[in-house]
Amino acid sequence: MQVEAYAGEEMVLNMGPQHPSTHGVLRLELETDGEVVRNVIPHIGYLHRCFEKHAEHIDYPGVIPFCDRMDYIASMNNSLGYALAVEKLMDLEVNERVKTLRVLMAELNRIASHLLSVGTYAMDIGSFTPFLHCFREREKVLDLFEWLCGARLLYNYNWVGGVSHDIPEGFEAKTREFLAQFEPVIAELDKLLSYNKIFLERTADVGIISEEQALSHNVTGPNLRGSGIAWDLRKEEPYCGYETYEFEVPVGLGEHGPLGSCWDRYYVRVREMEQSLGLIRQALDRLPEGDVHEHIPRRVRPAKSEVYDRTETPRGELGYYIVSGGGLIPFRVKVKSPCFTVLSLLPAIAKGGMVADIIAIIGSIDIVMGEIDR
Amino acid sequence: MKQASEIIQTLQDQFPDQIIKSSQECLQPFVVVASDAVAEICAFLKNDRDLAFDTLMCLSGVDYKNAKNEPERLEVVYHLFSMHHRHKIVLKAELPREDPALPTVETVWDIANWHEREAYDMYGIHFDGHSDLRRILCPDDWVDFPLRKDYVQPETYRGMPAAAAKQFAERAQEGEDLGTDPFRAG
Repeated sequence: MQVEAYAGEEMVLNMGPQHPSTHGVLRLELETDGEVVRNVIPHIGYLHRCFEKHAEHIDYPGVIPFCDRMDYIASMNNSLGYALAVEKLMDLEVNERVKTLRVLMAELNRIASHLLSVGTYAMDIGSFTPFLHCFREREKVLDLFEWLCGARLLYNYNWVGGVSHDIPEGFEAKTREFLAQFEPVIAELDKLLSYNKIFLERTADVGIISEEQALSHNVTGPNLRGSGIAWDLRKEEPYCGYETYEFEVPVGLGEHGPLGSCWDRYYVRVREMEQSLGLIRQALDRLPEGDVHEHIPRRVRPAKSEVYDRTETPRGELGYYIVSGGGLIPFRVKVKSPCFTVLSLLPAIAKGGMVADIIAIIGSIDIVMGEIDR
Repeated sequence: MKQASEIIQTLQDQFPDQIIKSSQECLQPFVVVASDAVAEICAFLKNDRDLAFDTLMCLSGVDYKNAKNEPERLEVVYHLFSMHHRHKIVLKAELPREDPALPTVETVWDIANWHEREAYDMYGIHFDGHSDLRRILCPDDWVDFPLRKDYVQPETYRGMPAAAAKQFAERAQEGEDLGTDPFRAG
């Protein structure tokens, strides 16, 4: 569209910090020229809770609840990354049951997280109904988690060397029930939202992230795959035995409009939910016997060393850089948040678009401010 | 894909004076480079066709004050990865704790812009040539650098109490009458 034709008087507009579509407390300083956005300056830090400072004052297992609270939408995946990094530092190998349970929970959480992302995205764009469908399904996953470990959002489930609880009796059957019931919902979502004409108009030609930009800004996860790059750490650097599972890595194809658009990113998430379904089924089928507390060390005290470990969370590549001084308390814990890196790209892709497109772009990159500000 | 030893060898051949030391015995091999040559070395690592480090995975500051058996210093750690060749390397630059400064790598990887702002915000490390070196997580008028090991939390910020309030249990232990004990005499 020729936006130049709509040029008018320039104005600075503050979007946020409290705004329903910023997915947390994010302030955007928009320099607008009529309806056209000339520049975007993101201001972050409103949710800064000093995670890294706290982590330097508590013992290794004590950090895990803080990890849960960073990306509160996908807590299972967050604590998993931390537990794996510490295990790497200690050279600790967990048993097969723990590995399988971790995959199972990570994928269930991925479905819950993508449902929230897709549902709220539809709502941001102006379609309210899919939100209700998505939250209905997400509720069922949260119920499963509540049954598993007592918490619905912040689980403290992945421990160093194991997991907190084995699955309760009947959990497997209930999960299978959920899978069978959830599978048609994805097809329903396609009908309801994905190919909806208004939705396509709002998203298919907006917020294009090119391959080059994505790499230079270290965009990861579904946002990167939306730009057509088949990169998934579960395939490339497998952990928890992901290499033994069969699944595909969905990428954006640019079916509607240019490659790397908001719609591509949205649709990668929808397709990923299907893959997660398959992963959960495989995990349930193989679930080996074992004691989930078998390898939990009495004392977590890694030798003097350091590690940077990364895992694939629903939002992309979450990295933990942990420096151990040889004591009971980490010397330094640094978190590389996938949302942090993708938000830094926002000014570049939002410039020159319309104000309404900002909403569509923010929703499509699926950020959680708790993880950006830490 | 190249082994870490080959990457380190290439670096040593290319920058004989700027490589201070390297280690391959640890979990993830690293190279300590002269801090003023960081930008040059990073640009080489990215642009060399056989190395092609196209991704800056992480840029972190570390404050080695009061660390056991470690000289006192600040460190900037670059975790690099090549998506094209799938190899990794860790670069480290050591800086004094007083007036730490080194060149920016923002021109090499765009993401360094925000990572460096964070390192500045938390450790007070200056990145020379950075286009927009402002605080990122803390408010603009915040004093001092919170992740330094000798950081002292201010009592107030703009007249608001900034220190954490005492927990009820602590206050009770100190003998304060909280008026919440149902068995309290009187």
